[in-house]
Amino acid sequence: MTQFIVRRVLYMIPTLIAISIVTFLIIQAPPGDYLTTVVAKLEAEGSYVDRSQLDALRDRYGLDEPLWGQYWTWISGILTEGDFGRSLVYDAPVSSVIQDRMGFTILLSLSTLAFVWAVAIPIGMYSAVKRYSVGDYAATFVGFLGLAIPNFLFALVLLYVSHRYFGQSVGGLFSPEYVDARWNLGKILDLLAHVWIPVIIIGTAGTAGMIRIVRANLLDELNRPYVTTARAKGLPERRLLMKYPSRIAASPIVSTVGWLLPSLISAEIIVSVVLSLPTTGPVMLTALESQDMYLAGGFLLILSVLTVVGTLISDILLARLDPRIRYGKR
Amino acid sequence: MNDFRDPAATTSTALLDTPGGDQSEAGTVGHWNLVWRRFRRHKLAMASAGVLLFVYLVAIFAEFVAPYGGSTRFGDHQYAPPQIIRPVDTSDGFDLGMFADGYQVEVNEESQRRTMSTDPSETRELGFFVKGEEYELFGLIPMDRHLIGPKDPDQPVFVLGTDRLGRDMLSRIVHGSRISMSIGLVGVAASMVLGIIIGGVSGYFGGAVDTAAQRVIEFIMSIPTLPLWMTLAAALPQDWGPLMKYFAITVILSLIAWTELARVVRGRFLALREEDFVEAARLDNCGTFRIMRKYMLPSFTSHIIAALTLAIPAMILAETALSFLGLGLQPPAVSWGVLLNEAQNVRSLVTAPWLLIPGIPVVVAVLALNFVGDGLRDAADPYN
Repeated sequence: MTQFIVRRVLYMIPTLIAISIVTFLIIQAPPGDYLTTVVAKLEAEGSYVDRSQLDALRDRYGLDEPLWGQYWTWISGILTEGDFGRSLVYDAPVSSVIQDRMGFTILLSLSTLAFVWAVAIPIGMYSAVKRYSVGDYAATFVGFLGLAIPNFLFALVLLYVSHRYFGQSVGGLFSPEYVDARWNLGKILDLLAHVWIPVIIIGTAGTAGMIRIVRANLLDELNRPYVTTARAKGLPERRLLMKYPSRIAASPIVSTVGWLLPSLISAEIIVSVVLSLPTTGPVMLTALESQDMYLAGGFLLILSVLTVVGTLISDILLARLDPRIRYGKR
Repeated sequence: MNDFRDPAATTSTALLDTPGGDQSEAGTVGHWNLVWRRFRRHKLAMASAGVLLFVYLVAIFAEFVAPYGGSTRFGDHQYAPPQIIRPVDTSDGFDLGMFADGYQVEVNEESQRRTMSTDPSETRELGFFVKGEEYELFGLIPMDRHLIGPKDPDQPVFVLGTDRLGRDMLSRIVHGSRISMSIGLVGVAASMVLGIIIGGVSGYFGGAVDTAAQRVIEFIMSIPTLPLWMTLAAALPQDWGPLMKYFAITVILSLIAWTELARVVRGRFLALREEDFVEAARLDNCGTFRIMRKYMLPSFTSHIIAALTLAIPAMILAETALSFLGLGLQPPAVSWGVLLNEAQNVRSLVTAPWLLIPGIPVVVAVLALNFVGDGLRDAADPYN
């Protein structure tokens, strides 16, 4: 097991390096370097452009060096000091802007993951066991619909319905009186009262996909000889289902975290923009609209790294669950 | 989309399926004929194929189908509500045809805001093949007939309402279908080339090449797509025209979409390369590229088509999402996502809920493509 974990962690390193390089290249992509943007912004505000200040910035980002030198300045700043550069829009260090937002993104993504499992696994299992029943068709239909409706559209419709018929906004994660309040029991309860709406919206597509996977996996297992044997031995249907096929059908469920997590984070961003949640989404959009590339790049880097780490954790869980993966060649 | 069947389960069919694909030994019926028969049994897929045909026809003849131009403004009809067309009019005797109400403006005393509503006292008539705005079909044929529209051009009717600037929603949706429905096709064509080449090489040669290709694919799949797309789209030069932007967005979308296809192709190649007919071709001193192209690829073309069809909806959704966020295509280009961008805040939603209507064609098109893709996937392997 230790060997497996070490090997997986080592595999992760080139991926992380590649992510950082891609992010850096994207930061560099807009025409003109960081200083041109700064100067343009200062001039637009009508303030005086200080030469020594510019030189300091040029020195700070290594802008006189070749591209790989700039990359090195950037990445070593992040690794040693947690310095992601400076955001133009917020006029603050990128790291502090990100810090405020990332917690809610992680919270929202993990709750959605839990929601997807909690809903999709029972429904998928029911669909497989009661194949071609009314319930199965209903689940399949809802599943297709969940995949076809863009989650931001779902959010918009909900926004409209709640505003029109219930006279309240579903946006945000807190009631107005709690937004700036310190953390206390009331605030946590208020958060719980709000968080389920975005969780459902973000989770629909994932749930729909997961139902199909669970159903297909379990259907493959249900016709295996060992199931027939267990049934012939007189094992009650429910225990039989839980004891054998479900466990084998469960391993692909864990392994799908690898694609579920990136898609949940994507969904979280766009839904947060619609519902104006205090997560990374809206800030990232603002950053991109004003080409505040260090901020946008910082978000991209951290979101990608988090996804890779999440996938790593799921792989380790999977190996705990299924010895074939631990010892076999991947 | 990730539940592609185990490639090994279908290898036996390759024995039946000779390289040409057409001269199958399974009776006297050709491979594509069998695929078609199998597909036809899938009722939902057949119906969806009909829907798709309709949507693409509308997209192709957009200027003709739409009552007005995509950016024609009716300045005195801002936020006009949608209305239902009546087949019978009793205001002046009994008339059959297509009739709608007129419009009136109400001013709220308190807020001084003008709202438009329908005016039942006035009747406006619609007709087929009416004379309207002049346009050039396909940019070539000058015409002024529209499939449906008001009989009197000075008395416009807006079946799906108008937006903030008084532009007809129906016309904009019809014009938007062109970009929304084509971006999937173009994007999938681009990712097909990459996917087949990389997946093919990776599956055929195996070994280090395969490992490297798989690492790259895993890497791309591990990045959350939307943030990456958003960042790439925002990094595009802002002075690019709509056409350049369109192609750039397509390329950005297909940069990620090819991975899924490469996986399918690789799986097929891995399974097929040990087959007897491939071995025979190799012993005949047939070149590697020729074996891949002439012997292996044709035997799973139907699988590739199925996988491609299933990749289109994801592209449509991605373009819609990007344009909705304002990072994809920009007005004056019209796509369903661009239209939904207008509905981004609660205030305009409450004033004009019909701004959400462009979401319906998105859902319909995506559903139909998914059903057709599923049908094709089942039919791709008609032998079991």
